[in-house]
Amino acid sequence: MAERKIRILMAKPGLDGHDRGVKVVARALRDAGFEVIYTGLHQTPEMIANTAVQEGVDAVGLSVLSGAHNTLFPAVIEALRKKGANSVMVFGGGIIPEEDMVFLKDKGVKAVFTPGTSTEEIISFVRTSVKSIH
Amino acid sequence: MSDLAEKVLRGEVLPTARLIRDLDDGIDGAISELKILYPHTGKAEIIGITGAPGAGKSTLVNRLIENFRSRGKKVGVIAVDPTSPFSGGAVLGDRIRMQNHFNDPGVFIRSVATRGHLGGLSSSAYEIIKVLDAFGSDVILVETVGVGQDEVEIAGAAHTTVVVLTPGMGDEIQNLKAGILEIADVLVVNKADREGAQVTVQGLRRLLEMGGFDRKGWKPPICLTVGTEGTGIADLVQAVDQHREFWNRQKAQPGFENKRREEDFLRILQGQAISKLIVNLRRSGSLDEIVSRLVRGESDPYSESEKVLKLGDYRPT
Ligand SMILES: Nc1nc2c(ncn2[C@@H]2O[C@H](COP(=O)(O)OP(=O)(O)OP(=O)(O)O)[C@@H](O)[C@H]2O)c(=O)[nH]1
Ligand SMILES: [Mg+2]
Repeated sequence: MAERKIRILMAKPGLDGHDRGVKVVARALRDAGFEVIYTGLHQTPEMIANTAVQEGVDAVGLSVLSGAHNTLFPAVIEALRKKGANSVMVFGGGIIPEEDMVFLKDKGVKAVFTPGTSTEEIISFVRTSVKSIH
Repeated sequence: MSDLAEKVLRGEVLPTARLIRDLDDGIDGAISELKILYPHTGKAEIIGITGAPGAGKSTLVNRLIENFRSRGKKVGVIAVDPTSPFSGGAVLGDRIRMQNHFNDPGVFIRSVATRGHLGGLSSSAYEIIKVLDAFGSDVILVETVGVGQDEVEIAGAAHTTVVVLTPGMGDEIQNLKAGILEIADVLVVNKADREGAQVTVQGLRRLLEMGGFDRKGWKPPICLTVGTEGTGIADLVQAVDQHREFWNRQKAQPGFENKRREEDFLRILQGQAISKLIVNLRRSGSLDEIVSRLVRGESDPYSESEKVLKLGDYRPT
């Protein structure tokens, strides 16, 4: 009967202080009709997982520009798993070299976007991959 | 007993969040969980925080969480932000100010979007309050959208409504008379570190003295706070506690509980009338038939509406 609204947590784990990109994506997702929760800088994987669970989100989008993606992305996925939130889809963005992409996808990151990816591409990815969960 | 409701009553976070999501999305079946939870509600103290955009509501909620946690109370938070009327989407950012509590298992924070509902809350907020109540929250803090004058719904949902103002409102205070001041059980002048706080307090005091805010003997206290520094929070909490005691005395008055239950029931009935009656009218094809009669000029909408209500033509699902 009712159609589910897509809910996304956009989070910045780790120490880098650049939130321009993540804010642009957050607004683009809002303009696509999604509900976006944004929690600011310097989130630990534990904080992100707790927020994702309490907020009942479909997906978590992570932005890491510090180069620590290989530890932070899997750490968030692990924290979600520990809380039983296995169905929450995780995607990420940042300056991520080609060779790390395979590793991250292997760890369960559904998609990895690099700078220059259009917001349309991210929106359409989120829409399709979340529709399959609902 | 339902598995899901039982888990909520046991205080399990994941199932509670899931039920809240279902209620927010209007999923069939979520209401049947509420029926089970209902007898376990009514224990939590519900505190509404309202006021203009950027007045410092979230910052104060953060401080209130801190205060209630230091007294060992389990805290639930519902933070409402507006849905964009253009896209139907929303950025929910109230949580940013409550980060210190993300890893505290005694704090459950849920952001919701208004989704077109007017009045300062989401239409799901009432149900989410009940879920967080059954979940075992001692206190539930409800932050409304940044409001103007008409978004006063929170007053019907909370035991105590805190209205947050800021200094430098000058003449605007005069215009507060209508609406928002009438629902204030406690007034806060936040950003008291800024110039003009005392002037605002004096303006408020004069306004309150003019009367017209008959509260059965309750005189809304005015608290000065600096949310960012935590100044004045103890006073605010004390004012809230005092109002709760006043409320408890009112509760003992005849008719008080009846009025509250009646309001709650009528709100639910209205919601269901819309979602069930209209949806079923559509589904059963009755709506098409009515519209055809109207188009052919065989009937008028007033008679058709009365007929629907008389027939109870809504075949509950
Ligand atoms: N100077 C000063 N700034 C404050 C105080 N309290 C909050 N702020 C700042 O005011 C801004 C808005 O605070 P919020 O707590 O987000 O306000 P809000 O009412 O929740 O805002 P909305 O939810 O967007 O309506 C932030 O930059 C806060 O840091 C205060 O007591 N003094
Ligand atoms: Mg806020």
